[in-house]
Amino acid sequence: MSNTHPQTEEHVPPLLRVGRFLKDNPVIPLIGFLILLIGILEAMRPGILSPYWAGNLIKFAIPLAMLAAAQVLTMLTGGIDLSVGIVATAAAFVTATLTPLIGPAPAMAVAMAVGALVGLVNGFGAGIARVHPLIMTLGTGLIATGCLQVYQRFVIATGSDIPDILEWLGTGRTAGLPNGIFLFLPFAAFILWLMRLSGFGRLLFGLGSNETAAKLSGVRSWQVLIALYVLSGMIAALTGLLYLGMIRTPSLSLAVPLMLPSVAAAVIGGTSIFGGRGSFAGAIVGALILRVIETMLTLARMPEGARIALFGLIILLVTALYVRFTETR
Amino acid sequence: MNLIRKQAWVMGLLGLFVALLLVTKLIQPNFGVNGLESLARAALPFAFATAAMAVAVIVGGIDLSVASMMAVCSVTAAVLMEGIGGVPAITITLAVGTLMGLINGTLVVVTRVPDIVVTLAMLFVWQGTALLILETPGGAATPWMRNAITGSFIVPGLPNALIIVAVTVAAVWIPIRRSKLGLAIYATGSDETAAFRSGVATGRTKAMAYGITGLFSACGGLSLLALTGVGEPVPGPYLLAAVASVVLGGVILGGGVGGLLGPIIAVFILRIIRTILTLAGFDPNVTTIVEGTIMVGVVMFGAFLVQRSRRQAA
Repeated sequence: MSNTHPQTEEHVPPLLRVGRFLKDNPVIPLIGFLILLIGILEAMRPGILSPYWAGNLIKFAIPLAMLAAAQVLTMLTGGIDLSVGIVATAAAFVTATLTPLIGPAPAMAVAMAVGALVGLVNGFGAGIARVHPLIMTLGTGLIATGCLQVYQRFVIATGSDIPDILEWLGTGRTAGLPNGIFLFLPFAAFILWLMRLSGFGRLLFGLGSNETAAKLSGVRSWQVLIALYVLSGMIAALTGLLYLGMIRTPSLSLAVPLMLPSVAAAVIGGTSIFGGRGSFAGAIVGALILRVIETMLTLARMPEGARIALFGLIILLVTALYVRFTETR
Repeated sequence: MNLIRKQAWVMGLLGLFVALLLVTKLIQPNFGVNGLESLARAALPFAFATAAMAVAVIVGGIDLSVASMMAVCSVTAAVLMEGIGGVPAITITLAVGTLMGLINGTLVVVTRVPDIVVTLAMLFVWQGTALLILETPGGAATPWMRNAITGSFIVPGLPNALIIVAVTVAAVWIPIRRSKLGLAIYATGSDETAAFRSGVATGRTKAMAYGITGLFSACGGLSLLALTGVGEPVPGPYLLAAVASVVLGGVILGGGVGGLLGPIIAVFILRIIRTILTLAGFDPNVTTIVEGTIMVGVVMFGAFLVQRSRRQAA
């Protein structure tokens, strides 16, 4: 730009102003977009909208939104957690195979411990060894897959059982709404409290906005990052438990296909992959949007490959738009 | 001084590789030409994936979509070979790979989104593309292609697979490295702003470097096809292995330092560790865990080195 004076508010180009509005209130346009998509869906297949359909939409968006919470939290610090899919799968598999042996509650506790353990390794890599979280979580995901395969050999004869509480949460309905919301509402309240009101949330935002400044203000970043990735691992494990109740057949790739949509949901929801900005409310709407898009693709008989490619393009497009809109150059 | 140190690293890797070969020989006394040959064959796709990753890292980026591009190239070649025969199919596949790489690079330059994010998104785009081309493993490789990578008849004693890697990588990389483009790639990788101010077209250089990454990925996809005989649309575990080999091979994440020889020797080191574990009677799944742990360890160590050098510079 030719003028070298600092820009005042009146000279903000309109595109940038729109960008700033979207940045500050990502949920408003997102809800509009969601309604628009549902309208298109109704036009594609008249009569598809029903309370039952809405309940189903919410039911399948819940595990996605929970995994997106893990992505939002890690993205706040400029990271990402690509091990959530395999951690959720491992938690579900461990629970299903251990329940006949040691009872439902201890089995679920072991599953949560698995999540915390993977998170601890991720936190160590990202916080202390300073490996890029993307590569670190990819690596732990690979190791966890190997461990899960070895573990499968030991429990292949024990059979599997799904705790009643998980089945109730995953498949039951109360007043038309899936029972999963009994888990999700407290979970969402906790995440929103964590991000908006807690000191830990402020540390995450601080580290993501400017790590050097945060460090100089006395933040021990490695402690924050370890706590963050342990939390992320436990969120993934909890999601795995719920998903086990929904699908009811444990397998070694149960929740792996949820990983990419969870990143996409967080990015659509206005969370910056570069850190310092994020909203869990946006990610919830993002998860709903993705589920509606998925329904549309299924109706249009799009193959699986097109779905994966489309989600990849969505991530790229939204990120590129954020960079373009919020660039202050 | 820098040159000597760099060569010392490559020499050290070579020494480590020879030592590991001796260990293998100790564990399994009849490990000979045949063992070496199967090792080289199994290492083929890993070597190309690593070469591809190394170019992207040298220019200052990273390409997470290498494994997915290999999958696209493998299915493309497998489908084409049934219709139009071997040589045209290979030519088209190489062009497709280069094109995918150029698309990645152009997107990085145009969107100004960091490389790691763009290529993460493209990882899924290419993975989806591979599934669109071929939903389940299928197609076929021409017989001569399968035969080319087995045996050791070109030079007795040396596995064909090893020669193919060496000749292909050298034929692509040495002319480029000697040319203006090679200089521009290293300049852009070591300091993009400085390179830009010295008159290097950094955007075009980056796009070209990603194009080379795509070309090597296509070679990797073709070798994958030659290895298995069918086009496989689901990407293999090449991404993490490539990053680990690149780091172990002395290419610093951040760009501008290192060559392709070190990373390729590193591939063979990681592969022979797997052979040793298998010969020592480990369960294949346990081998995967150990291998994954080693790779994560290598990447952590590399990050630690980068951190230390940054602290020294500051």
